[in-house]
Amino acid sequence: MWQQAINGVFLGAIYALFAVGYALVFGVLDILNLAHQAVFTLSAFIALAFVAEGNMPLAIALPVSLLAAGLIGVGLERVAFRPLRGRSDSNISGLISSLAAATILEAIALQIWGPDVHRFPQGTFPDKPLHVLGATVSALQLTIIAVSVALMAALTAVLRATRLGRQIRAVAESPRAARILGVDVDRVIAWSFFLSSALGGAAGVLFGVAFNSVSPDMGRSVELKGLAVIILGGMGSIAGAVIAGFALGLLEVLTVVQLGSSWRDAVSFGVLFVVLLVRPSGLLGKAAIREA
Amino acid sequence: MRFGRWSLRLAAVALPLALAACKGGGGAGDAGGEPAKGSSLKIGAALSMTGAAATYGQSQKNGLDAATEEVNGGNTLQGVKLELLVEDDATSKEQGINVFQRFINTDKVSVIIGPTLSTTATAADPLAQQARVPVLAISNTSPTGITDIGDYIWRDSLTEAQVVPGAVKKAKAKIGFKTAAVLYGNDDVFTKAGYDVMKKALADENVTVVDTQTFAKPDRDFSAQLTAIKGKNPEIVVVSALADNAAAIVAQARQLGYSGPILGGNGFNSPAFIKNAGPAAEGVLVGTSWNSASTAPANQRFKELMQKRGVNPDQFTAQAYSGVLIVAEAVRKAGFKTGRDDIKNGFAQVKDLDTPLGKFSFTPTRDAQHQPAVQQVKNGKFEIVQ
Repeated sequence: MWQQAINGVFLGAIYALFAVGYALVFGVLDILNLAHQAVFTLSAFIALAFVAEGNMPLAIALPVSLLAAGLIGVGLERVAFRPLRGRSDSNISGLISSLAAATILEAIALQIWGPDVHRFPQGTFPDKPLHVLGATVSALQLTIIAVSVALMAALTAVLRATRLGRQIRAVAESPRAARILGVDVDRVIAWSFFLSSALGGAAGVLFGVAFNSVSPDMGRSVELKGLAVIILGGMGSIAGAVIAGFALGLLEVLTVVQLGSSWRDAVSFGVLFVVLLVRPSGLLGKAAIREA
Repeated sequence: MRFGRWSLRLAAVALPLALAACKGGGGAGDAGGEPAKGSSLKIGAALSMTGAAATYGQSQKNGLDAATEEVNGGNTLQGVKLELLVEDDATSKEQGINVFQRFINTDKVSVIIGPTLSTTATAADPLAQQARVPVLAISNTSPTGITDIGDYIWRDSLTEAQVVPGAVKKAKAKIGFKTAAVLYGNDDVFTKAGYDVMKKALADENVTVVDTQTFAKPDRDFSAQLTAIKGKNPEIVVVSALADNAAAIVAQARQLGYSGPILGGNGFNSPAFIKNAGPAAEGVLVGTSWNSASTAPANQRFKELMQKRGVNPDQFTAQAYSGVLIVAEAVRKAGFKTGRDDIKNGFAQVKDLDTPLGKFSFTPTRDAQHQPAVQQVKNGKFEIVQ
């Protein structure tokens, strides 16, 4: 049981990290960025390229690919979202253009790296199994949990305590009011995309490292889960996404233990359905009415 | 409205009649564009060059290329040249159907080889059956749902039902286990069929299954299932998975501290599995259709050819290579005619053909018949368990 709890926390940490970025953009723009999973994938490939071909340790490859993912996010905002902003249907058209961006990014990954599953070279990470209270945890898993918790904490700190964070929250509340108060809304949105994509990219690298498997379609397995997590947590709520991420990871593992693995996705999405019925705004979501 | 419906009905009746009439007059060669004797024989190969089964597709292409070159170089078909067209089925049913349609209607091939996965075959093969184009499957191992589609569907790959029971028996004799846990992919025809056979084989050997777990193809994390399995303390873990999943499953099982034996289904039969699982692959047992250690001349010749081409052959290469030899033999048996029905009738007469797989014949139900073997990973290579 203890081992299964660790498995769940580990899985949850990656779900949460992925979903936090998703939630950030949704909170600011009210747009689902479906290209988030493509950034996740590309970032894992970038890290792989640095480690496998550049012979760099992961400690350097991770921040570099994080930065690259952030820049991809900024480019994405510039190309796929900014031109549509201000249009009355920008929620739907943004959703669709992000879907197009996802397809394009995935095709790029496919062109460069091919369809096969790629792996980090054997022995890239010192992967010693540790035995804690009868459970087996690898140092790698602990590192991954620690890194993702640290990144989520860093995001919270940025949002709470910095000027940029205050501006992001102001834009999330009302772009018009923020603009009147002298906030450069376009710049703030670009920064939100940078942070969001960097976190999604970090999740991609950690996912690729954790399961030692990087492929152009790897984003698909977390895309729906990430969506479920931000709905469960309350659309746009960062804290909600973190809690829901861990909850989903634990729930999946618990289902495998109690009901069998065939029920895993059915139970996860069943719970999502029930939560939406009972609490349509999600676990930590605000009331749906925002505009007067 | 009435007239419209009637004329439609009339057309629906008349069209097949007209087609049947055409066929009756055509003699040996049916649909138009059939190659005549002494020309070339078009073989359409639908292989998974991309997607989840890409590892196998590449191996198969190597085998087909080598055998085509060999048959054409030997000039043993009285001037009939084999012309191999390879298309990617992308490991998907939809793409498989597209490729089959192209082979049947546009390229007008005499015989189709493939597709790589049973799942794709269940969707695409009925098209060939309907158009009366013979299909030779070279890697479909699902015991049901392939050759029972119809009399134009043949295969040279042993089914899981032919390989797994022998593998379980041999592993049991060697290791001696009484309990087992099973892990299988439940979203794929082949891995599910493999599970059904494993379940039966274990029951036949009086092995108690203490736990059964499932996963889906896109999954990357198997730790929950493996932890549950490990908690039940089975003496062996039996896995039915495609090579990519298989490598991850074995690696994660070892990481979680499971050190007992692992027996894999046909999906493990690839050097890619060993490469990707790394040291974790050591000791894993796999039933196989191809006895790589066989000293039969046909197998030695095959291995030499592959070495010359710089290819590390696996079961899929051997089955693909044998597939072309079988097509060539069918042409011979058909009196060097290359029509679709000629090939189909030729298949029926193939008997004890020397191939790398051993002496090859078809069963009355158009399945493959030859000796399977069991292999184990040792020092990063498959070795036949004697």
